[in-house]
Amino acid sequence: MPKTLFQKVWDAHAVRRLANGQTQLLVGTHLIHEVTSPQAFGMMRDLGLKVAMPHRTFATVDHIVPTDQVSEPYADPLADAMIKELRRSCAEFGITFFDRSTGKQGIVHIVGPEQGITQPGTTIACGDSHTSTHGAFGAIAFGIGTTQIRDVLATQTMALGKLKVRRIEVNGKLRPGVYAKDVILHIICTLGVNGGTGYAYEYAGDVFERFSMEERMTVCNMSIEGGARAGYVNPDETTFAYLKGRPYSPKGAEWDAAVARWRAVASDPGCTYDDIVRIDASDIAPTVTWGINPGQGLPITGIIPDPQRATTDDERSSIVEALAYMKLKPGAPIKGTKIDVAFLGSCTNGRLSDFQEVARFIKGRKVAPGVKAIAVPGSQGVGLICAELGIDQVFRDAGFEWRSAGCSMCLAMNPDKLVGDQLCASSSNRNFKGRQGSPTGRTILMSPIMVAAAALTGSVADAREVFGVSQN
Amino acid sequence: MPLEKITRVVGRGVYVPGNDIDTDRIIPARFMKCVTFDGLGQYLFYDVRKNADGTDKAHPLNEARHAGATILLSGSNFGCGSSREHAPQALQKYGFRAVIAEGFAEIFFGNSATLGMPCVVASREDIARIASAIDADPSLEVSIDVAGQTVSFAGQTVKVEVRESARDALVNGRWDPIGELLEGASDAAKVANGLPYMSA
Ligand code: SF4
Repeated sequence: MPKTLFQKVWDAHAVRRLANGQTQLLVGTHLIHEVTSPQAFGMMRDLGLKVAMPHRTFATVDHIVPTDQVSEPYADPLADAMIKELRRSCAEFGITFFDRSTGKQGIVHIVGPEQGITQPGTTIACGDSHTSTHGAFGAIAFGIGTTQIRDVLATQTMALGKLKVRRIEVNGKLRPGVYAKDVILHIICTLGVNGGTGYAYEYAGDVFERFSMEERMTVCNMSIEGGARAGYVNPDETTFAYLKGRPYSPKGAEWDAAVARWRAVASDPGCTYDDIVRIDASDIAPTVTWGINPGQGLPITGIIPDPQRATTDDERSSIVEALAYMKLKPGAPIKGTKIDVAFLGSCTNGRLSDFQEVARFIKGRKVAPGVKAIAVPGSQGVGLICAELGIDQVFRDAGFEWRSAGCSMCLAMNPDKLVGDQLCASSSNRNFKGRQGSPTGRTILMSPIMVAAAALTGSVADAREVFGVSQN
Repeated sequence: MPLEKITRVVGRGVYVPGNDIDTDRIIPARFMKCVTFDGLGQYLFYDVRKNADGTDKAHPLNEARHAGATILLSGSNFGCGSSREHAPQALQKYGFRAVIAEGFAEIFFGNSATLGMPCVVASREDIARIASAIDADPSLEVSIDVAGQTVSFAGQTVKVEVRESARDALVNGRWDPIGELLEGASDAAKVANGLPYMSA
């Protein structure tokens, strides 16, 4: 019987059925970072447990590392303690740690693929909801809680209920100036932030076939923002080409055997899905959010929604709440909204191609007066290549601060934070209240190019107009 | 590692009114910078319990008459927001053994069950009745029968709901899956050995 990739990977990793009906699932690759794992190591010590397969766990630091200070001790003593604690635990339990001193540190979802650790047909778990990113390679990748991190450390397995699979096909051609970020924002706006509950998303169709690995990662990254626990793309030549020659990729004769296995793990023609959604690529515009969840978005040419027009009471109250928080006026165009901060980075859009693409457009131009613009490579590796290519200098010349690798202003756990009710044009993935560090700080999610357009003009702008990209 | 069979939770209750009490309200994000969950109890509901200078605001948990309560009562959609386990951990470390509310956010519910802390769903009316009985006599004993799905207080008994998967896990002492997962260790090793990427 033809099977989906999800089914094949699940079957290959199912250990046994548990008393409560869940499956004990083997976790092939476990990724950890400094925020959610120290407590799990504590539980391990309390219970006197050993790490079952230390060679299958990889650690790095990302959430709380300062991006403007590279030497320890860090100014924040709690951050400093958490990083030292992770270092100690990795040494004690024999776990590979991509520490800052290795030159391989970065956001966990950027480091895994970059090192070739993220591979097709595998199961991946990490104590972070954006673990769905790794699905871009045809892996089944889940975010997990701290007690589950303990479970994975101690047994290399976890208890999990099976998911349904929804295939999302995006067919046709994207219009000029429309990027992967717009595709996923559009999907979330279409299906809703809870639309994916109980599902893994399989992304497919012309657009995904043409996408680079980095573009696929941007989309899979935000699966969780649409409520799906995991999201994946079937592996193909693009996937294999990306992985070839990476530090942890198979080598020599093993490479060919691995590629044969990876090819076979893709969903079979004629397999059945629990649901199929089809989207026309030409319907997708550069998309920005106006509210306080990633599903509250609209095309850049759109109008901020009016609660009067809401069809249900729930919808009305959520629009009212979002507009009050965002201090936006119903019925006004979103374009032209003044911004204070521009943030380019995060596990959604902190990869080499993001900085390369933006550099192409901002070369020789300047950030608008009064705008604080920061560019934060997602990993030391990305930072290094940008330096070699002179991309960092293009950003600096344009008036961006160029930082060292980390999560930075994506969340409020390091010194990069919004102040007061500052409004930030952000390439990250969450626009929740207070997400960027100030309880009243405001976030508008958009693609890196749109962040650049906002930075240069000082307001939410249509990058196609700012950079003279034909709209047809 | 035999786990306690959590069939019944008996203790004093305290009512913290409100709907959509989110994980940030339960434990503000800045207190997530911790290397163990042990000290989290003191930061429970911190921003609604404390002024900026660290003095107490008016809050049920700050009232001496509710000291030592182990059962928390609240409104609908309790524990919404992020998936972080810090929220149920903070409640448990503070001393709570169970939560009775009109409804719970999915991930919070699951995280709590794994910690052996029952999340019990009751109607708005019944919660109000229990709350007013507690208000009249804070030393009142509230008793949750997890298996029988009832709450008894002041001579009254009301029907509540404990979702089956969690109820089964709690009353059979299977709420923490670690024991069962460890039992599957040799099976897991076999599956791993059959996967080339894991043996390398
Ligand atoms: S960049 Fe943001 S979303 Fe990604 S792992 Fe870091 S904090 Fe989480």
